[in-house]
Amino acid sequence: MKLLPFIICLGFSLAACEREKRDFRTAPVSEESQEKTALVSLSPGSSPPEQEVSGKARSFEGNAYHLSQGKRLYAWFNCNGCHANGGGDSGPPLMDDRWIYGSSLENIVQTIREGRPNGMPSFRGKLPDDQIWELAVYVRSMSGLEPKAAAPSRNDDMHPLPSENRMPPSSPVPGGSASPSATAPQ
Amino acid sequence: MRLRIVSIASLVPLAGCKGWQSALDTHGPGATSLEKLFWIFLFILTVVWILTMLGLLVALRARRDAATDPLAVDATRERTMTRTVATLVGLTAVTVLALTGFSYAYQKRLFDRTENVLTIKVTGHQWWWQVDYEDEQPNRTFTTANEIHIPVGEPVRLKLEASDVIHSFWVPSLMGKMDNIPGRQNVIELQADREGVYRGQCAEFCGWQHAHMAMLIVAKPKAEFENWKNQQIASASPPSDDAQKRGEQVFFTSPCVMCHSVRGTSAGGRVGPDLTHVGSRLTLAAGTLQNTRGNLAAWIVDPQRIKPGTNMPLMQINPQDLDLLVSYLEGLK
Repeated sequence: MKLLPFIICLGFSLAACEREKRDFRTAPVSEESQEKTALVSLSPGSSPPEQEVSGKARSFEGNAYHLSQGKRLYAWFNCNGCHANGGGDSGPPLMDDRWIYGSSLENIVQTIREGRPNGMPSFRGKLPDDQIWELAVYVRSMSGLEPKAAAPSRNDDMHPLPSENRMPPSSPVPGGSASPSATAPQ
Repeated sequence: MRLRIVSIASLVPLAGCKGWQSALDTHGPGATSLEKLFWIFLFILTVVWILTMLGLLVALRARRDAATDPLAVDATRERTMTRTVATLVGLTAVTVLALTGFSYAYQKRLFDRTENVLTIKVTGHQWWWQVDYEDEQPNRTFTTANEIHIPVGEPVRLKLEASDVIHSFWVPSLMGKMDNIPGRQNVIELQADREGVYRGQCAEFCGWQHAHMAMLIVAKPKAEFENWKNQQIASASPPSDDAQKRGEQVFFTSPCVMCHSVRGTSAGGRVGPDLTHVGSRLTLAAGTLQNTRGNLAAWIVDPQRIKPGTNMPLMQINPQDLDLLVSYLEGLK
């Protein structure tokens, strides 16, 4: 009889077995998740401006593996060539609260896949869909929009700010807010 | 009957003692001194083990009279017993000291350093080896992957690094193993005394495809080595026939260019192995496949089936383009 509570307690430990789910065999490069995104709150007809199609956002948000993989890809594919370590260089900063093309995961995926005017290249057909999503969650984690427990930790090399998981979350401003340098007296 | 089967089966592992990847079939000073050390240890420890077992057997066989008091001391034998125990303790101390001495003497040689030798940086990645040949002249440095060519009979210095997790560089026939640790550099020197191809493997569990992370060491005469080096330093030869030209276009418009570099072209990815002279290598995918046309095509079509979890993604490519792409890559000699 005394054994029963012990066995039940042991059973609870099974809950820890599957902390995170991910596909080990990812989709080929040509496959794309067709999330419908919008930069305005208006849409024609009865459909809402944003629609979830593949549901990937839910499996990627807060997933430690995808976040850390995104961090590797960020350097591998030379995102830091323009955006530096998130502070921005010839490209806009990624760690502030200013989102020119939307802060949602779907928006960022679209930005990476389609490219944006004034320099952001399109990565369509060059990166597998899952890697684009991984990059997008990492970009979101830079401004503290991903859970601290999952965000990747400090870099081995120089970093202008504390690690992502120690950053306070900044609430996104749709359409972007003027940066401090723009509001300062000229 | 059963004994015969067991004894024959127990001989099977001996097959592993010969071949291109064996710590007991050595062709370099480092591995040879380790092999000698191994045999010395094996001999001394076998003798010690047999003596211990004999002693135990004698103790088990000895009968003791149940009536006598076990704590009673026989005054005539006490002195002999003390001497025997003291001798055995002394012998043990000498054996341990001798083994430590051998160990020191042989391992000291492993860390001897010679000046002005060929220096190669070997970086472990999940799951392949990046090989950078260093040179005083910057235009004579080059990068290759999973294959290290060395001149025979000369010491070669290897700087071991890692980019992601801890790996371990081990070519059993030439040298003991040494870890590749992210953020630091370990240095070993190895030498091959005989021409040939030696196989090495990652010896530190580094993830899913740890078992498919091998490399080849090709030892060849100095003149041949210099030829090979000059050929590797050269940029990729431009595509010669029509199929290769079209294959090059496929390469530049497909995801390949995100990660791979081909020197002499605009492909400069630093993530995957350098493909400048991929056609001249012996194996593909870190010693997993022979470098043949069929294997190359299979690897491009579905790397995730051959090495699940590898960073090379799946890409859908139509058969015509695949054929052209393989022709182009094959031509990169």
